[in-house]
Amino acid sequence: MNPPTLTLSAVSHTYGRTQALRDATLSVAPGEVVAVTGPSGCGKSTLLLLAAGVLRAQSGRVTVAGTELSGVDDTARALVRRRSIGLVLQFGQLVPDLPVRDNVALPLLLEGHPAADARAAADGWLDRVGLAVGPDTLPSELSGGQAQLAAAARALVHGPALLLADEPTASLDTRSGRALLDLMLATTVAAGGAVLLVTHDNTVAARADREVRLRDGVIEHEVALS
Amino acid sequence: MSLTELHLALLAGAPRHGYDIKQEHDAWFPDSRPLPFGQVYATLARLQRDGLAEVVETRVDGGPERTVYALTDAGDERLRAWLTEPAPPTGTGAEEIVRKTIAALHTGIDVQGHVARQRAVHLRRMRELGQVPPGASPAERLVREHLIAHLDADLRWLDLATDLLRSSPTPPERTHS
Ligand SMILES: Nc1ncnc2c1ncn2[C@@H]1O[C@H](COP(=O)(O)OP(=O)(O)OP(=O)(O)O)[C@@H](O)[C@H]1O
Ligand SMILES: [Mg+2]
Repeated sequence: MNPPTLTLSAVSHTYGRTQALRDATLSVAPGEVVAVTGPSGCGKSTLLLLAAGVLRAQSGRVTVAGTELSGVDDTARALVRRRSIGLVLQFGQLVPDLPVRDNVALPLLLEGHPAADARAAADGWLDRVGLAVGPDTLPSELSGGQAQLAAAARALVHGPALLLADEPTASLDTRSGRALLDLMLATTVAAGGAVLLVTHDNTVAARADREVRLRDGVIEHEVALS
Repeated sequence: MSLTELHLALLAGAPRHGYDIKQEHDAWFPDSRPLPFGQVYATLARLQRDGLAEVVETRVDGGPERTVYALTDAGDERLRAWLTEPAPPTGTGAEEIVRKTIAALHTGIDVQGHVARQRAVHLRRMRELGQVPPGASPAERLVREHLIAHLDADLRWLDLATDLLRSSPTPPERTHS
């Protein structure tokens, strides 16, 4: 059995006086899809940001692809994030001043790939997610759903070992959302990647191998679906 | 129960014998209980008696004798009239989940376990239904979508029910008047 791609051990997080996550323990194996569900404000995004190393665990441990994020400095953590993680945030955040295509190419550019190669790869992924943009189209020119497509393309362009997606289809209509989810899961799982999917949509959760249910910052249950 | 009209619909494409009707029914509704033969034959006899279907052929090709039925004009009319009426806006077969959830919430017996188990079976079923076999017809896909939508509705209702009743200070009591 391969070691898990992502492990959270007794991770807690507090914003000021709000305890957003308490003692969360979970792991995602290579090739596995785990859905994190639960009502608004239950701590789903917090859990995802901790897994991504965007938030630093105040207690407990987060390990991604063999690196314990709290045990390394910011530079090393940023490196894990860049190389091993594909991140789709809840509101499809893109870098505003950068053309959409360069946003998608960014993970490869940061890794030092030649710009022409990175842009060609970006074009390929934009095509696969079904987003037609010109070379100079800016994120501000996209609709919410289109921004989500671009964010997904950016998360997939470097073939990450761990795909973290926060409500990745929330701004899309049913058919486009499903097509995007199919693409994200199929490409990541086929390459042996692990997926952590945050969603409050049952039809999305039903695509996972396992459901982890959060309530008031606590994991309430975990059930196998496959 | 609209089994009569359903049989008319199953006969509408082409004349069929009982076995064909059962097969067709089970393919149309992958989620429902397979149609028992006895029921098919009883329904066909009733349709014939009521002039909605007629025997067009009795085939004996080596095997058992097979009576082939076809729709009559009256049967066709009845089917069309039925299809003009929308279905009642109720969930299908949701009574059991309502009964169990309400009972769990009232008694407080393992509510969390109930929610976990119910979500698991519903999500698993939704997952299965989402795995459409290659070559499935658009109509089969649509039947699957309908089932998925209902299961989703059940789960949303389950969320709402557990949220509302868990956040109320005391379990709901019967009101005496
Ligand atoms: N930056 C922040 N500062 C202060 N409190 C925060 C911050 N982010 C989240 N919270 C609080 O932490 C709790 C968990 O928030 P989180 O965003 O993780 O929930 P969520 O499950 O993702 O909700 P939603 O389904 O609405 O996206 C909430 O009570 C929220 O108000
Ligand atoms: Mg969130």
